[in-house]
Amino acid sequence: MTPSNAPLPLQVQDLHKRYGTHEVLRGVSLRAGKGDVLSIIGSSGSGKSTLLRCINLLEKPSAGQIDVCGETLRLALNGRGELDSTDRKQLQLVRAKLAMVFQGFNLWSHMTVLENVVEAPIHVLGVPRAEALERAERYLHKVGLYDRRHYHPAHLSGGQQQRAAIARALAMEPAVLLFDEPTSALDPELVGEVLRVMQALAQEGRTMVVVTHEMGFARGVSNQVIFLHQGLIEEQGAPTEVLSRPRSERLQQFLAGSLK
Amino acid sequence: MNWDVIADNAGLFARGVALSLGLTAGSALLGLLLSVPLAFARGSALRRWAWPVAGFSFVIRGTPALVQLYLIYYGLSQFESVRLSVLWPALSNAAFCAMLAFVINTTAYTTEIFHAALRSLPAGETEAAIAYGMSRFILARRILVPAMLRRALPQYANEVIMLLHMSSLAGLVTLLDITGAARFVNAEFYLAFEPFITAGVLYLLLTLGLVRLFRAAEQRWLVHLRPRAA
Amino acid sequence: MDYFWNVLSGGVVTLEMALMSLVVAVVLGGLGAWAKLAGPPWLAALAQGYTSVIRGVPDLVLLLLLFYGGPVLINAGLQSLGAEEHLDIEPFVAGVLTLGLIFGGYLTETFRGAVLSIPAGQLEAAAAYGLGRWRTGWRIVLPQVLRLALPAFTNNWLVLVKSTALVSVLGLQDIMFRARLAAQATRQPFSFYLLTAAVYLAITIVSMLLLRWLDRRMSWHLERPAR
Repeated sequence: MTPSNAPLPLQVQDLHKRYGTHEVLRGVSLRAGKGDVLSIIGSSGSGKSTLLRCINLLEKPSAGQIDVCGETLRLALNGRGELDSTDRKQLQLVRAKLAMVFQGFNLWSHMTVLENVVEAPIHVLGVPRAEALERAERYLHKVGLYDRRHYHPAHLSGGQQQRAAIARALAMEPAVLLFDEPTSALDPELVGEVLRVMQALAQEGRTMVVVTHEMGFARGVSNQVIFLHQGLIEEQGAPTEVLSRPRSERLQQFLAGSLK
Repeated sequence: MNWDVIADNAGLFARGVALSLGLTAGSALLGLLLSVPLAFARGSALRRWAWPVAGFSFVIRGTPALVQLYLIYYGLSQFESVRLSVLWPALSNAAFCAMLAFVINTTAYTTEIFHAALRSLPAGETEAAIAYGMSRFILARRILVPAMLRRALPQYANEVIMLLHMSSLAGLVTLLDITGAARFVNAEFYLAFEPFITAGVLYLLLTLGLVRLFRAAEQRWLVHLRPRAA
Repeated sequence: MDYFWNVLSGGVVTLEMALMSLVVAVVLGGLGAWAKLAGPPWLAALAQGYTSVIRGVPDLVLLLLLFYGGPVLINAGLQSLGAEEHLDIEPFVAGVLTLGLIFGGYLTETFRGAVLSIPAGQLEAAAAYGLGRWRTGWRIVLPQVLRLALPAFTNNWLVLVKSTALVSVLGLQDIMFRARLAAQATRQPFSFYLLTAAVYLAITIVSMLLLRWLDRRMSWHLERPAR
């Protein structure tokens, strides 16, 4: 619950995204207050990953407004009908406030875990090396990978790589953590270790937006669930409302079809 | 066989080794420096950058190095504007011409090698860098170039060895590298085997040295690509 | 302008030499690959020595060694056998034999690599179904080797074509040699070497197109059927 005069960490208004004639997002709005953990659920093709990737402009929306910590992203339509940043510097700084954890981990494979974690703080935020190392050690301890900090990503399991990626995101000390299906690429036995780390982060009061299939996480950890269907928010609210007492038929079908 | 003559000319061969190594190392270094930006140009989405580089590399790789050397060493003297220019002292010098030809040649091959390595980098790593706010320059400097150089290492090792072998052409334009020394002894003393066997052995040893060197480099820099020990 | 046609016709000599060297190289390459893969240890070691020397010494040096040293060796051998003959090897033959020998070394590796890249599972299946070594080699390995070797083979061929330029150093009247004569006579070295480069480039382009066509013909069975 945010005091009304503090800027919201994240606010998205009326986001549209079109690929050619196919409209993937048809007017989506959301807001995340400090400490909120938003779960975005929906079937494939619902636009949930696209929504997340539009927030940090990895995908360029066709219309809409994005505000991070009260600052509006300066965007303008480019030649292809997409909204692109008009201020590259602002975009870089805003992206640094929205650290993302990817489904495919995307760790930089030629660097060790430690090097991965200190890279962006040093070269994007300008944090001095000593301080960056100290941050890295702190967060690597938190995700339980301190002992493997000199390993290369290829020599770690999927779960370990994803935890390293989470440490990398934490080291940016971002306003919002974005998770794009963080456990979908993991073997079932490894999903648990990553979810436990994410739960600990939520309990600390971090602001998180998580696109996920893990209903257990959505129910037990998040304080808001958003059900996306064909580019629109079909239902939205507290987990106890949305997941236990679904109102729309499509959400009922979706929940019946998922394993948890 | 008359090996005494070889022994008497040991100094000549030693200086030949120095020249061969110098030409190889110098050309490799310059070629390397030129190829990094050219590899990016080659992979650019803009045709005005990509096509000229692709064209350059295709023509150089499609014609013999000897022709390229002769074009520079013998060919440029055809033009009066060149003979009268300020570059003439350099361009009429055999060592300069050889070096120029070798640099152009190795740049073409190295650019292709680096370009292929650049293309093989996982796209997700670039996405993560962008998502964390890295500028294109920092992305290139910290992520793309180091990863590209590492992936190119095995192929580049081959290229440097090819460069060493190509440097033997210097012996055909009056230079006294290993091959030039061997031809000299062959002409002066009418020996058919000894000088060329000597040259062969010297190149073999240098090649083995390079292989060792690059294998050590791979041990150090390609750790991250080795499969996980179970 | 006579020089123009003279130089151009030298290109035919170059092409002839390259093709004949290829024949020699393919034979040697096949034997070498077999020796390394299936031969007795001493033969495999010999083949290994062969390829190591070829890859460790510049083509030019090998060419000079065999051209100047070869006749001496052969004549010494002939003399020890009591023959009165004195054999002189002309540049064309020396070029074909030397280039064939050199590229036989490279093709050994190319063929060996191709055989090794046949999925092990196929050989396992052949054994499990009772195909003997000979039949496996003839019906399973060989047909695939030609297709699998094609990329590296293309590369080897293109390098061979470019290496033929070196034989001009031995006095062979190929395109390089004629270009040099024309250049000296007309004082236009740049023009004639440029012409030479153009001819080599043409050979390169035609070779690449031909081999790409060959590759498509050999791989049709691997493409996914159109839906």
